[in-house]
Amino acid sequence: MNTILQDSAFFGVTVSLLAYGAGNFLKRRFRLSIFNPLLISIAATMLLLRGGHIDYPTYKAGASILSWLLTPATVCLAIPLYEKMDLLKQNWKALVAGIGAGVITSLICVFTMALIFHLNHTEYVTLLPKSITTAIGIGVSEELGGYVTITVAVIIITGILGNMIAEAVCRILRIHHPIAKGVAIGTASHAIGTVKAMELGKVEGSVSSLSIVVAGLLTVIGASFVQNFI
Amino acid sequence: MKYARQFAIILVVSMIGEILNRIVPLPIPASIYGLILMFAALRAGIIKLNAVKETGYFLIEIMPVMFIPAAVGLLETWGLLRQVWLPFCVITLLSTIAVMAVAGHVTQGVLKGFQHKEDAEAQL
Repeated sequence: MNTILQDSAFFGVTVSLLAYGAGNFLKRRFRLSIFNPLLISIAATMLLLRGGHIDYPTYKAGASILSWLLTPATVCLAIPLYEKMDLLKQNWKALVAGIGAGVITSLICVFTMALIFHLNHTEYVTLLPKSITTAIGIGVSEELGGYVTITVAVIIITGILGNMIAEAVCRILRIHHPIAKGVAIGTASHAIGTVKAMELGKVEGSVSSLSIVVAGLLTVIGASFVQNFI
Repeated sequence: MKYARQFAIILVVSMIGEILNRIVPLPIPASIYGLILMFAALRAGIIKLNAVKETGYFLIEIMPVMFIPAAVGLLETWGLLRQVWLPFCVITLLSTIAVMAVAGHVTQGVLKGFQHKEDAEAQL
């Protein structure tokens, strides 16, 4: 099994895309936020590898082109940012204040709770980029010397969690303004949360997209300042 | 030719980002340098929106799939994660709610501040 699949240049990417398609289908079919396409596709791929006795390096050899595309894809986040420039300009003070406060909150939360749980330096820097988009988070974790795969897991869990609780949190905490909702969701739970923001409305969605980028950049700077606190 | 050229432009910007990441001694990933460069180039008109738009949105659309291989890599590091899963889950849950609350309310507060000011000025 391994040798045949190892020879296939398309196995890894095909499996990833099919799993993502299946995740999207389940999401549409059942309309529950627990059926998160990304969560399902990761779980399905894991089960397939386990069930088919295919080892991770075999899968990774083919799928590595997907990881390779992350840098160019992140570069392209500049395009919606450029297109939404007017909305950003009109409300820039509120956006910068909100996103900045959110990023600082995230870093303080991680630092405080790292102290409470007696985490070591590597575990601490692994968690620092937890609220930002995976592409940037991987870069931050790598540069600071964290466990990159755990950072990815925590970022994805944060995103799925944000996606699931965003509506309830905004309602209970009385965050009503569409721009405020967008900032809250994008700053706390990056791209996966932004899917929910897009469902809430166009303003929420576009502001959430902007927040991904700005929060990512602010966290790159912020995390490098606080990296040696533990 | 259109898509080939768009992809080439995106890769050139990514490559410059990668070079900056290697020569600048800051913990900033290549993708972020590239993002800033792309934004600056679009603003300055060096790169026209139409020269990157379709391929750019294609890459953004399939971005979730790009995270799958790294996440599936957890199979390999489960031993590491098993020791820390409880504090990591608590930290993730609490900080996500805290960030949402603070980011949302600060934004709303600043927006309302402007609103009140404008209303007051309108009344004068």
